[in-house]
Amino acid sequence: MLVGYTPLALQDPDPFKLFNKNTEMVVLNDKPWNIEAQAHLLDDKITPNSCMFIRNNGLVPEGIDPKTWTLTIDGESVKTQKTYTLDDLKSKFQRHSYQLTLECGGNGRSEFDPPAKGNQWTIGAVHCATWTGVRLRDVLEDAGIKSNAVYIGYHAVDKHLSMDPKKEPISRGCPMSKALQDETLLAFEMNGEEIPLVHGYPLRLVAGGWPASVSGKWINRISIRDRVHDGTKMTGTAYRVPCEPVAPGEKVKDEDMCIIESMPVKSLITYPKTGAMIKKGKSLNIRGHAWAGELEVAKMEYSIDFGSTWNTCKIETPENRLAWQHFSAEISFPKVGYYEVWARATDSNGIAQPMLLPGWNPKGYLNNACHRIAIKVS
Amino acid sequence: MNEGDLFRANVKKLYRYLLLLFSAFVMAAGLLVMYMYDPGFLDFRTPETIAVAPVEEDEDRIENGIHVRTGLVDAEGLMLVVNNCTNCHSAKLVTQNRMSTERWNATIRWMQETQNLWDLGGNQELIVNYLVTNYPQQDKGRRTVLSDIDWYELED
Repeated sequence: MLVGYTPLALQDPDPFKLFNKNTEMVVLNDKPWNIEAQAHLLDDKITPNSCMFIRNNGLVPEGIDPKTWTLTIDGESVKTQKTYTLDDLKSKFQRHSYQLTLECGGNGRSEFDPPAKGNQWTIGAVHCATWTGVRLRDVLEDAGIKSNAVYIGYHAVDKHLSMDPKKEPISRGCPMSKALQDETLLAFEMNGEEIPLVHGYPLRLVAGGWPASVSGKWINRISIRDRVHDGTKMTGTAYRVPCEPVAPGEKVKDEDMCIIESMPVKSLITYPKTGAMIKKGKSLNIRGHAWAGELEVAKMEYSIDFGSTWNTCKIETPENRLAWQHFSAEISFPKVGYYEVWARATDSNGIAQPMLLPGWNPKGYLNNACHRIAIKVS
Repeated sequence: MNEGDLFRANVKKLYRYLLLLFSAFVMAAGLLVMYMYDPGFLDFRTPETIAVAPVEEDEDRIENGIHVRTGLVDAEGLMLVVNNCTNCHSAKLVTQNRMSTERWNATIRWMQETQNLWDLGGNQELIVNYLVTNYPQQDKGRRTVLSDIDWYELED
């Protein structure tokens, strides 16, 4: 009876249907929703919605009406507090599109030892989509920026898990220098369509190359601050690492933790999927993406002998600043057996990915250790 | 048959029709209620299954040693964890995290200071005990070996 029809109230919260995600995506948490990709799902040059990770701190807002949505620019360092409708933003300011790499600050957290608290992301909390919107700079300048401005902080309509209306799940931001970059957008489109609800509809701040938590979703207010923004998850240990390196497991005082800015150099082998078995004499074509926060990737290499020797990959220039770059290589294996292909990117400052875990930190951020896949030749 | 008898017979007939209509309505309502509980109940099944009246499912039922609703391991302290730790966030956030007693206590303190978690009183020790016993910390070193690989033939 009534095949294919389920009364609304009885609907099972199937996240893959709910968010239009590939069913190979991995659900880490369902309240709040946190879902990551696997390396092979990120093979597209521009990540489609179906394979984009979801990171939520609070509850996805409901009942958004784009007609009544407004964005207010306020704060200690705004010249004139101003409020814009979505139509104002779209009609008053020039549109720009950029491919922007957004990686969760905690991507790779699952590998830290001793373990770090939080969602145990493996490698899939990164994507590079095309974002379209207006420059944050244009809007901030329209309201006017006082000379004592230091930081911007965003506010959004998502609800805190405790349902306490006084609490914001997250309210982060960035220094003025990042806020005023060409590529820092107030976006209303993703990959040429309206931003999906879970990714920030109808308005998202997008700041490529920085922890993706800077790219606030469901934005309705941006404060121009005369100090470092002190919203939720800006202070304490959130999105911070020890200012000075510490031993694994060491206790670090809040005042000795520094805010993460540009993300480190990193890469992913997106083809083939790990576990490929090939015949002897056949070469293997690999490909993937590399990114380096605010910088470019200058060199891309692979190793099939655990780093004893490294070979160069072809690496493309980025579509625009802060977009990930595509690499490829053809690999010949000298004999049959078990191999691991390790990929290593080096940024334009000569800093390369480590093969081992980088410096331990209490919250398990910034793991940019080399990605590797397993291959058998027979 | 005189007019009075005819009238009585007609009224009886009408009464029967109305009764029939009413019982059909009650049955339809009953079916709809059953459908709300189990949309698949009219699909082909054995008669025994159909005969079972919808019972209130035990939301804390345990299957194969797992608390079905949350996925938590059934062990001493389970319901304390369910009742204190899965109101605001998913149990998945709990089971993903493998921490020591000291770090769980610190995390609980953080949740009390910033996330509106209540005082757990004497239950805190039992909760943390449950967590460190059933979700013990695993040593991973600086890099683990690749495991759980699904091997497949790569066709080119």
